[in-house]
Amino acid sequence: MIYPDSKVLLEVRGLRATVNGIEILKGIDLTVRSGEVHAIMGTNGSGKSTFAKVLAGHSAYQVTGGSVLFEGKNLFDLDPAERARAGVFLAFQYPIEIPGVANSHFLRLAYNTVQAQRGKDELDPLEFEDFVREKMKLLEMSPDFLDRGVNEGFSGGEKKRNEILQMALLEPRLAILDETDSGLDIDALRIVTNGVNRLANRDNATILVTHYQRMLNYIVPDFVHVMQSGRIIRTGGKDLAFDLEAHGYDGIGNAQPVAAGA
Amino acid sequence: MSAVLQNLVNQPYKHGFVTDIESDIAPKGLNEDIIRLISTKKSEPEWLLEFRLNAYHQWLKMKEPEWPNVKYPKIDFQAISYYAAPKPKKKLSSMDEVDPELLRTFEKLGVPMNERAALAGVAVDVIFDSVSVATTYKQKLAEVGIIFCSISEAVHAHPHLVKQYLGTVVPVGDNYYAALNSAVFTDGTFCFIPKGVKCPMDLSTYFRINTEESGQFERTLIVAEEGASVSYLEGCTAPKFDTNQLHAAVVELIALDNADIKYSTVQNWYAGDENGIGGIYNFVTKRGLAKGVNSRISWTQVETGSAITWKYPSCILQGDNSVGEFYSVAVTNNYQQADTGTKMIHIGKNTRSTIVSKGISAGHSNNSYRGLVRIAPTATGARNYSQCDSMLIGDQCSANTFPYIQVRNQAAKVEHEASTSKIGEDQLFYFAQRGIGNEEAVSMIINGFCKDVFQQLPMEFAVEATKLLGFKLEGSVG
Repeated sequence: MIYPDSKVLLEVRGLRATVNGIEILKGIDLTVRSGEVHAIMGTNGSGKSTFAKVLAGHSAYQVTGGSVLFEGKNLFDLDPAERARAGVFLAFQYPIEIPGVANSHFLRLAYNTVQAQRGKDELDPLEFEDFVREKMKLLEMSPDFLDRGVNEGFSGGEKKRNEILQMALLEPRLAILDETDSGLDIDALRIVTNGVNRLANRDNATILVTHYQRMLNYIVPDFVHVMQSGRIIRTGGKDLAFDLEAHGYDGIGNAQPVAAGA
Repeated sequence: MSAVLQNLVNQPYKHGFVTDIESDIAPKGLNEDIIRLISTKKSEPEWLLEFRLNAYHQWLKMKEPEWPNVKYPKIDFQAISYYAAPKPKKKLSSMDEVDPELLRTFEKLGVPMNERAALAGVAVDVIFDSVSVATTYKQKLAEVGIIFCSISEAVHAHPHLVKQYLGTVVPVGDNYYAALNSAVFTDGTFCFIPKGVKCPMDLSTYFRINTEESGQFERTLIVAEEGASVSYLEGCTAPKFDTNQLHAAVVELIALDNADIKYSTVQNWYAGDENGIGGIYNFVTKRGLAKGVNSRISWTQVETGSAITWKYPSCILQGDNSVGEFYSVAVTNNYQQADTGTKMIHIGKNTRSTIVSKGISAGHSNNSYRGLVRIAPTATGARNYSQCDSMLIGDQCSANTFPYIQVRNQAAKVEHEASTSKIGEDQLFYFAQRGIGNEEAVSMIINGFCKDVFQQLPMEFAVEATKLLGFKLEGSVG
């Protein structure tokens, strides 16, 4: 939701990045204020997932130009773990399986790491169990998920729910959801998006990276950005997503880049 | 990121000190005279000298195995000393008589040799170079009829038992290194659990090679009579030398009807430095005979040390309904090489075996699983399940799996699963994105990967193994 006079959380200016020497991001500008929900849409290869990973600090990508300020500080001064502890959260498009590591152990370690960073109390395994079970209800997850290996043998929908569960635990300032809707059936989509909506508040912000308008029926964005060839080529309100659905990405191409909220 | 991984896997060896202790070392080289010397030093009976000489003559005719997937310069067997003992070599009647320097060594290594300070419930036999220096809890075990002593002592105190079983599972001419061991073995551990006795505590042997020019050739013999059970633990370390030391042990287990032997190893011999200089050649033959009906032999090994590891703890499942198990974690780093696995030989009806092997390779190392599952025509209803997983850290190392399956009975079931995974940027990035740093991530990934094996270890050993892997792969950031 757009709140008047809310603080700028993320300020991206002229961001360029390469992978294996190939330029993928060719000058991205984006401003996200707390409370807002932004959707970034685009075809495969438009650079939207790369943008998400660059913000989170994936080492496969080289930043070659531009700047990103997160809460006024240079994001690139922080390594990936420091960014996570500072409140940048990425829900993975393909969550990683870690066989043999109990989900509860992983979740608690992540939670306590971020809690410690915020100067808050860490939870022992028993306290955490109660805490996480509450959060799991939000995502209609069975407690069995705690004893299984992290994402090990999870279905696509279960993995995505586990991502949003982590988001619920870590309470990030900025959540970036990379194609969280892909591979979800209607029920799972409802559960996951409901979880995301419940977590959104005035002090945080969400960036949805998605291919389809479908997800935006459940999470209503304040801004929709269309990416093409490594740039944001159009920015509008939620209706822009419907235009895209009706006319396709080709139908709205070649417009002038517009910086959101600028 | 690969630089991060490299730092993570570099960790100095903590047991690399040499104890300054006067040793009685035999002249280098191997011949009949040396074998007679060893036998005389240990005042052995004639039959054992014959056993040794027979092995030696067979060894002379054998060739070093060349099939393992490891590379090393040819070993000069005449440059090795086959006997090294801490002086003074006299009969020790209590722990108080053990050289204080030796006691300090084992204290440094964290071996509970002092009975009062011993970890509750673990009886320890300690082998220093070639001889056994102390056995704890002997008295208490004797009360229930259990014999737990050095094999040299057993030769004198229980000759009929040693003679009855020695070399029955691993014949003297079984293979090159077993023949060598049979000719020159200097000490080791003997355990005998009589009929119907459940051993009330874990039995443990701690091996240490201290002398640069010596080899260590220990011999372990464990017999569990009808209905008996025992859990046996073995740990190993050695000082750092630029030369390679040879360790060629033989372990024989015999389980009679309804008997149960669980044998756990944490092997942390010196592995050589980061350039592959020095380290132990660990060429070991371990085999268990599940002779009786419903008997069970279970091997669990955590192999982290040695420049080269060549060992295949095996089970011969002779008794009907007998069970064989092999749980293994083998970690190689730098230039270490491991070719390890198991053999499950099904002979009896309804025999069952389980193989779980986890290989972790880092640095420039090479880690191979080699396993044989053989179902004899007599083994109706036999079943085997094998799972061999490899994990790679970095892109300079390699992992191989060589499963051999021979089924000669139609009513048998054999399953084999294998996987290879890599600790890659994506996994570490996932942890990092949740605020968890690389070191902790690697440790969690490795321990998760090894979980199926670690949970087979007795509690204290599982803790030690977890820590050891941490040291080995995690790095020591202060």
